[in-house]
Amino acid sequence: MISQRLLDILLDSFGKILIPGLTMTIPLTAISFAFALVIAVATALVQFAHVRVLRQLARFYVWVIRGTPLLVQLFVVFYGLPSLGITLDPFPAAVIVFSINEGAYAAETIRAALESVPVGQLEAGACVSMSYGQTIGRIVLPQALRTAFPPLSNSLIAMLKDTSLAANITVTEMFMATQRIVARTYEPLALYLEVGLIYLLFSTVLTKLQRVGEKKLNFYGYQGGNDHA
Amino acid sequence: MLEVQNLCKSFGSLAVLQGVDLQVETGDVISILGPSGSGKTTLLRCLNFLERADEGLLRFDGAEYAMHKAGKKEIAAIRQKTAFVFQNYNLFRNKNALQNVTEGLVAGRHMPKAEAVERGQQALAKVGMADRAAYYPHQLSGGQQQRVAIARAIATRPKIIYFDEPTSALDPELTGEVLAVMRQLAKEGMTMLVVTHEMAFAREVSNKVIFMEQGQVVEEGEAASFFQAPQKARTRAFLGHMGGYAPLP
Repeated sequence: MISQRLLDILLDSFGKILIPGLTMTIPLTAISFAFALVIAVATALVQFAHVRVLRQLARFYVWVIRGTPLLVQLFVVFYGLPSLGITLDPFPAAVIVFSINEGAYAAETIRAALESVPVGQLEAGACVSMSYGQTIGRIVLPQALRTAFPPLSNSLIAMLKDTSLAANITVTEMFMATQRIVARTYEPLALYLEVGLIYLLFSTVLTKLQRVGEKKLNFYGYQGGNDHA
Repeated sequence: MLEVQNLCKSFGSLAVLQGVDLQVETGDVISILGPSGSGKTTLLRCLNFLERADEGLLRFDGAEYAMHKAGKKEIAAIRQKTAFVFQNYNLFRNKNALQNVTEGLVAGRHMPKAEAVERGQQALAKVGMADRAAYYPHQLSGGQQQRVAIARAIATRPKIIYFDEPTSALDPELTGEVLAVMRQLAKEGMTMLVVTHEMAFAREVSNKVIFMEQGQVVEEGEAASFFQAPQKARTRAFLGHMGGYAPLP
């Protein structure tokens, strides 16, 4: 049974959890993901285009980042770097780690999407005297990003939830706000379920946005892969 | 206008082209016939450097190129004056019909956009696709896509157009509409090198025919005599299979 006291706590805490969600969790996710996309496109392109040295660097970056836990990366940057004289505030430290971490995963998604574009598209570009860079920028990359949109939306939703790890480096996002209320009220089950519900709410909105985005991007209707009409 | 000497190309241990010679005069429409795997497509692709030849000399539009070591600038110079029509059309899937034509003019040739659009519309009109300018490739039939691809080719005002089995992916009805466009181009004096299995086209539209097998030119000649009186037994056998060997009345 839900007692009156519990109900009051849940109602009272809803706003106290939601507000850091809107002011911390969402900006942290949005900013980090935007940076991650830039890193990912660059990382994927240097591999796709076989740029010497940079390509090996890109592989190394993906290898290291994918091979180590996100939580460890957060701790290295926030608690570790100060010993080298680099002290960061919690929020920028979190943005840096989330961008770099997500960038490695998204790079693989985009690389796969680039490779799924038929080589005939590049040949057609060359035959009308477009440079390799022009063909990549105007023809191949737009098609690849369309293909990569659903898996990237997946990653965005995953990242939204992963930002809860930032509580460990004192970013006062939703999860930390919840922990504080739990410490005061001793109602862990109800409150953690409540914050879980708010995460679910946020991801539901993102899922809806993904649908809308896919429809918009689908205006040229191509579904990837098959090049024959 | 275009001359190739001793073009050789191997993929690993497979010698696909074994010393092919070729001569094209302005206004020629040359059909290249031959069984699958005879190197026809590779020949065209080498001419436009989509494949890198192992050996060969290319004379084109007053310049001479060593095909195995032509540099980026030389290749770019050649491509400025040539166009390529692919078997699978290879229209840019994220661009509509008009953009497919203008893209190469604006990006590849730095033409002002308004001029490119005007020329693009002319080219589309020429292939009967003016009313489909805003359609994306997936909204067009195969024949329509190939016609847009031809518009893309002619809009660059090339000295020669290479056609790589332009109708092989099309059913007979759609083949007809594409061949009609090519026939029209031929009539207007466009220089064309056409890899094809369309015997009627080779016979009626082209003025010269080349028959290839196993990376070599087996027989070549004027279209009329080629079909009426092929010299080599191999050519006669091939034409017999294709239903193309029947002396003209």
